[in-house]
Amino acid sequence: MSRVEIRSYFPKSDLVNFAVLACLILIVLPLSMDIFRLNLVGKYLTYAFVALGLVLCWGYGGILSLGQGIFFGLGGYCMAMFLKLEASDPESTKIQSTPGIPDFMDWNQLTELPWFWEPFYSLPFTIIAVLIVPTIFAYIIGVAMFKRRVGGVYFAIITQAVASILTILIIGQQGYTGGVNGITDLRTLLGWDIRTDSAKYFLYYLNAILLFACLFFAQWVRKSKLGRILLAMREREDRVRFSGYDVSNFKIFVFCLGAAFSAIGGAMFTLQVGFMSPSFVGIVPSIEMVIFCAVGGRMSIFGAIYGTLLVNWAKTTFSESFPELWLFAMGALFIGVVMAFPGGLAGLYTDKVLPFCKKFIQKTRSGKKPQQIKVGPPKNDELASPDLAAVK
Amino acid sequence: MVTQKDFVLAVEGLTVSFDGFKAVNDLSFYVEEGEIRVIIGPNGAGKTTVLDLICGKTRSTEGSIKFRGKELTKMSEPAIVHSGIGRKFQNPSIYEELTVFENLEISFPRGHSVFGALAFKRSAEVIAAVEEVADEIFLSEHLGKTAGLLSHGQKQWLEIGMLLIQKPDLLMLDEPVAGMSVAERKKTAELLNKITQNRSVLVIEHDMQFVEDIAHRVTVMHQGKVLSEGSMDFVKNDPKVVEVYLGH
Repeated sequence: MSRVEIRSYFPKSDLVNFAVLACLILIVLPLSMDIFRLNLVGKYLTYAFVALGLVLCWGYGGILSLGQGIFFGLGGYCMAMFLKLEASDPESTKIQSTPGIPDFMDWNQLTELPWFWEPFYSLPFTIIAVLIVPTIFAYIIGVAMFKRRVGGVYFAIITQAVASILTILIIGQQGYTGGVNGITDLRTLLGWDIRTDSAKYFLYYLNAILLFACLFFAQWVRKSKLGRILLAMREREDRVRFSGYDVSNFKIFVFCLGAAFSAIGGAMFTLQVGFMSPSFVGIVPSIEMVIFCAVGGRMSIFGAIYGTLLVNWAKTTFSESFPELWLFAMGALFIGVVMAFPGGLAGLYTDKVLPFCKKFIQKTRSGKKPQQIKVGPPKNDELASPDLAAVK
Repeated sequence: MVTQKDFVLAVEGLTVSFDGFKAVNDLSFYVEEGEIRVIIGPNGAGKTTVLDLICGKTRSTEGSIKFRGKELTKMSEPAIVHSGIGRKFQNPSIYEELTVFENLEISFPRGHSVFGALAFKRSAEVIAAVEEVADEIFLSEHLGKTAGLLSHGQKQWLEIGMLLIQKPDLLMLDEPVAGMSVAERKKTAELLNKITQNRSVLVIEHDMQFVEDIAHRVTVMHQGKVLSEGSMDFVKNDPKVVEVYLGH
């Protein structure tokens, strides 16, 4: 029976979406842009990791986090610490009063490397730390909040507060973190210069592959029973709880997953842009990331990526000519999305564009075959939003 | 002291106080194996609070709730569910965005941990269980339908079905026929009589005709206490009950 057929994790329509996106990111963009612009796209795509995490966390789980910058930043800082240590070998820092430590430490009268910097001499440790540190941090926040059943607006405000605290901490502890300037002047990864054009191409593709890995994982999660439980939880938390589920564990899981995705994005950001600073940790970047997700469509893992690319492209173009106006434009965009098309670009596509195309096709067909003019009203199924269609 | 073995559910001296207001006050009652017990009472008598206390949504101030000899007052909500208690809410609580099939599937008693849910497979066993329950609740034609599109009565049945698939030993229903048509009410009574073959049921209901149709015994609550208890005929003629319902 078709109605209860075994659910496929990758239905045809999603495979098409994957293919179109892969074509765009892996072929069209690299062929149509110079390396400077492509590097910018690579930078935007690191935000797409965060937006992707928000689709699961906010769109599916209903948990609005206004502090995803925390995890993006933690991942980015972990990577930056490794690169900075490599850039601070005794040879190239011999003019400092203490050679062999990062320059900003020397400026802040530190005479030896702090203990928590030591393990970042190792690349394997760094890669593990990029994933684990933000996830553990998210786990702690998650346990503290969700086990006490803090949710909704309160949770959003608390994440925002944590983002703010972390920024203040980073700026305040200048000697350990590089302060407001962040960790800059990163050059090589295991001796391989990350600033050359060929390295930038390589990193762009590495970033794209990691993004697709995360996309596949997200697709698997949302098509598993866990994805349906998240939707159910968003709607009727009590019903899920009294069906025998510990709701808080599911929230913690999806929040940690969002954090891990963001951290990968952060680490790739550091590699591609060559520095990390507190301006990617705080409240404003965190909210921007929510806007990317909202514009793309918070229920669509693909929409989030298109949304991120589009908003960032607009930001770059717009702020090149009118730097002061950008924040207003962004605010207007957010209000517009919430008021006019809450499903974002993805919602617009499935609610407006697809039905229009279908009607158009029907019309041309019935024009060719006049005996088929009696086309019934569109079924409910066809007009349903993408997510309703997806969960069918 | 009553031996608890004979009872599925033993509530003794149960009290809950919200800022000094005792919504349930020193309440005791016992539900036997295979019994349909209906709790009635005027608005604000504390009926829904009793269900909340049993399923762990509200924590008691004093007293004990024993389910097959196990104390429930200290257990977490999911643990209470896993021990064999299912509860239906007053308003139909279903997942409107999911299909009927998926609604029932979520309640299937497997894969309740995070990683269990990730690894959950829609096996033949699951499909068979869902189809069996869907048949019982008159929804086998609607398995692929989005639950939000069901009628009010069908939503109520769906929620009852979501409990049935858990195979609970004690089923608690909060106003299962509220807002149903006469025909739907009849069908629901039939359904309840059918599904109580091997379990106990605790029902809150206002519809007296429906109560007469299904109840084995009736507990009348008033101001957080048991006012009267016994067969429907007995409580109907109890002067205390008549006064509470008609006196004011």
